[in-house]
Amino acid sequence: MKVISLLSMLILFAGASVAAAPQEFDNPEKQARYDNMLREMRCMVCQNESLAGSPAELAQDLRREVARMIREEKSDAEIRSFLVERYGDYVLYRPPLRAQTLALWVGPFVILLLALAGVAVYLWRRRPGQDEAALDPDEQARLKRLLGEGEAS
Amino acid sequence: MIRAGLPLLILIALAVLLWVGLGLDPDRVPSPLIGKPAPAFELPDLEREGETVTEADISAEGAALFNVWASWCPPCLDEHPLFMELVAREEVPIIGLNYRDQPEAAREWLARHGNPYRRVALDREGRTGIDWGVYGVPETYVVDAEGVIRYKHVGPIDERILENEIMPLVRELRAGESP
Amino acid sequence: MIPELGNLALALALAVAVVLSVVPLAGALRGNHAWMAVAHPASVVMLLLLMLAYACLSWAFVAHDFSVLYVAGNSHTELPLVYRLTAVWGGHEGSLLLWLVMLGGWTVAVSVFSRALPEVFTARVLAVLGMVSLGFIAFTLFTSNPFERLFPAPMQGTDLNPLLQDPGMIIHPPLLYMGYVGFAVAYALAVAALIGGRLDSAWARWSRPWTTAAWLFLTAGIALGSWWAYYELGWGGWWFWDPVENASFLPWLVGTALIHSLAVTEKRGAFKIWTVLLAISAFALSLLGTFLVRSGVLTSVHAFATDPERGAFLLGFFVIAVGAPLLLYAWRAPRVRSVVSFELFSRETLMLANNVFLVTAAATVMLGTLYPLIMDALGQGRISVGPPYFEAVFVPLMLPLLLLVGLGPWVAWKRADAAALARRLWLTFGVAVALCAILLLWLWGQAGLLVFVGLFMALWIVLSSAQGVFERLRRHGGLAGLRRIPAGFFGMHLAHVGVAVLVVGVTVVSAFEIERHVRMAPGDTLEVAGYEFRFGGVREVAGPNFDAIEGVLRVERNGRYVTTLTPQKRYYRVQREPMTQASRHPRPWRDLFTALGEPLGDGAWTVRIHFKPMVHWIWGGAGLMVLGGLLAISDRRYRARRRDDRAIEGKSA
Repeated sequence: MKVISLLSMLILFAGASVAAAPQEFDNPEKQARYDNMLREMRCMVCQNESLAGSPAELAQDLRREVARMIREEKSDAEIRSFLVERYGDYVLYRPPLRAQTLALWVGPFVILLLALAGVAVYLWRRRPGQDEAALDPDEQARLKRLLGEGEAS
Repeated sequence: MIRAGLPLLILIALAVLLWVGLGLDPDRVPSPLIGKPAPAFELPDLEREGETVTEADISAEGAALFNVWASWCPPCLDEHPLFMELVAREEVPIIGLNYRDQPEAAREWLARHGNPYRRVALDREGRTGIDWGVYGVPETYVVDAEGVIRYKHVGPIDERILENEIMPLVRELRAGESP
Repeated sequence: MIPELGNLALALALAVAVVLSVVPLAGALRGNHAWMAVAHPASVVMLLLLMLAYACLSWAFVAHDFSVLYVAGNSHTELPLVYRLTAVWGGHEGSLLLWLVMLGGWTVAVSVFSRALPEVFTARVLAVLGMVSLGFIAFTLFTSNPFERLFPAPMQGTDLNPLLQDPGMIIHPPLLYMGYVGFAVAYALAVAALIGGRLDSAWARWSRPWTTAAWLFLTAGIALGSWWAYYELGWGGWWFWDPVENASFLPWLVGTALIHSLAVTEKRGAFKIWTVLLAISAFALSLLGTFLVRSGVLTSVHAFATDPERGAFLLGFFVIAVGAPLLLYAWRAPRVRSVVSFELFSRETLMLANNVFLVTAAATVMLGTLYPLIMDALGQGRISVGPPYFEAVFVPLMLPLLLLVGLGPWVAWKRADAAALARRLWLTFGVAVALCAILLLWLWGQAGLLVFVGLFMALWIVLSSAQGVFERLRRHGGLAGLRRIPAGFFGMHLAHVGVAVLVVGVTVVSAFEIERHVRMAPGDTLEVAGYEFRFGGVREVAGPNFDAIEGVLRVERNGRYVTTLTPQKRYYRVQREPMTQASRHPRPWRDLFTALGEPLGDGAWTVRIHFKPMVHWIWGGAGLMVLGGLLAISDRRYRARRRDDRAIEGKSA
């Protein structure tokens, strides 16, 4: 009896209708496309979850829609634009490349290049043998003091 | 000098960003449908057996509100009295989309709490909801006389949103139609 | 009464923190020994007061004092005792109190272990820690007081979030906070050195064990969080690139860079300015993470309930705590000269490369995490930056770093002989290539190029570390020489092997995992990776504060019984929320992961069955890194030095 009441509570929580059965494909290639597509889509009603994992009703509905479009041989781009037309770029976990997201996609490589350039300049400036000579006698004395203190403390 | 101050500059930029960010609502996702024609649908009418409601019915009499609701949704009940009041003032018609609900439960809900809707379309599967980009019931749209979506609010509306955001727009739209 | 006592203790701790921030610093300025000496007792008193406050809050939980708002919101009479004790840090206010106790603990630890440091320096370090405590105590007291009363007191609490009623969740936040807070020590040491204007190798030597300690806590905390997400959230994922996960990953990446850069600064006196900047940054990113989690700026699974007033306070604190040292830095840095020379091919250069990749990786993760906020702030619309982005940009940055992990320890300081190195390492490199080629033939067509690159990197790191340890032992006369080799050497190699193990786990599970999400009626079977799962229907079970429906899955392999898995769908009576409790059959080389989904009618359910090869290696690798860190801080060199220092101190006294 208790199971039944518990079941009804679970159903109640999930809204009015019974959950949809998971989508399964006979064709492994389609299954893979489906799985990948869901992983790259954000569940709008959840706190940062993909469509793949969410038990939310809307996620179930959208899984059904995505599965339908894959069965209808729609391309990934068509499925993506179906969702973007309705929910905006926000549904895409992989932001599309456009003017506003250029910095996002190019940024990491620009940062890496800048960092490498910085290191190159640093290494170039302190070619071996230059540094000691660059110190005037005052500084050398201070250096000696510093090193001495460093060891003693 | 520039190199020594660079970390400080980064910090300032970050602080400004975060300060602006504090004033933003991370749950607010603007709809891409704003400024676009209302998505088409043809759904059974909740109250009139055998009849259907289409997107054309929303704006049949000029700018109108389109409200997505369900009997299983407690926040829908929170905003419901506002709609009852609004309809009593006869300022703007409200068309309802009953989302993923049982028709009997929906009818009972309206009978008990009052029916502010001119028509209610029955979207049992939530298919139309997807076309409208519905993700958090209740949702409220303003559709103009041309059938173009002009505004969307996700979640229950309150007095402030109704009077400061929705009604000024509706009045402007309706004033423009009937000179 | 007890909650008022806690409140009082917290207020007194605030007063002591003021004393700790001001008096020793003034003493250091004026050369007043008595004032500087205040730092030690003040640290201890502050810790005791914070512990008292913490004990008072724990008492309120144990005694079901629902007149305390925080207790009413996070507990329930049916909640088991152990979860009532851990519920103390289950919400925002209490977790801050735990954070404070830890900060107090680190401060006292510094006070105890730094007697050998120059008096002025210690006074400055403790004062800086006092200021950090001051900020956080004020934040707790004024915006997030856990002792706030609720009138009238409810008869019953609203229970602890069911997600947090789990053993993994008992230790994950404390470890994470220990890491976050621990970086405050490296930060305080750096700020104290900046105040004094002397960035010497003593400072670097003292920073090393503290940084490593904070880093190993953070590593353990992140790993446990990932482990918890894996089995508790019920999706079988282990890293989601969620903003809150990223917020903990940022200080980890920079902290890892700091550990390496500190080694250079200590051993060679190079990169001083850079190391100071990293030490400040590691703690700055801990603060940033705290802000992101507690301000509500970003949506996340893990975020606390938030309000903007807290966000504003934390942002102000962040700006002061990071801005002031950076001002000091901008003033001091141009005058600090590094006085060492090294050749292009040397350990120093490789460490620089290590830092380039780690810091770029951190900048990338930060860019991706904050980009939606930047877009929104500029009115450019809402976007999501999720796992596909991070995987696309993060992996290419890590691959060169992995190559360096195997190479770095072989390259001599100052000047390395590339030809000699090639002669010593070509065989190891060749064996790694050969083993990888065998794997390539074995797994031909089943996996992409990246899999082999990842496995090659792991093989390369393990083999080169093994060769390094072996050669070192042989030089010291075999196992007998074990005691003469510093523990730090083994710690380093163990941590590097941990990286390799983690890479194997990540690579294999990403490439070969099988995830099925299916409808199963009683009697249905599903074969996944050679295992046959038979669904025996569901049954009812009751827990202390939840009811559950439990699916029964009998697992066989080649007709032989393996195990029976019982994933649950729990319904917590008070929070009225269904929770998925996965059931697993873990083995070192694979995990069978099952979770119960939704009922479909007629006894059928949706069921998730995942086959996760080598997934545990991910956390095993992290565990090895933690062990490596522990070995490194146990290094005799730190303790021996301390004894020497004490001897010197004794003589001068």
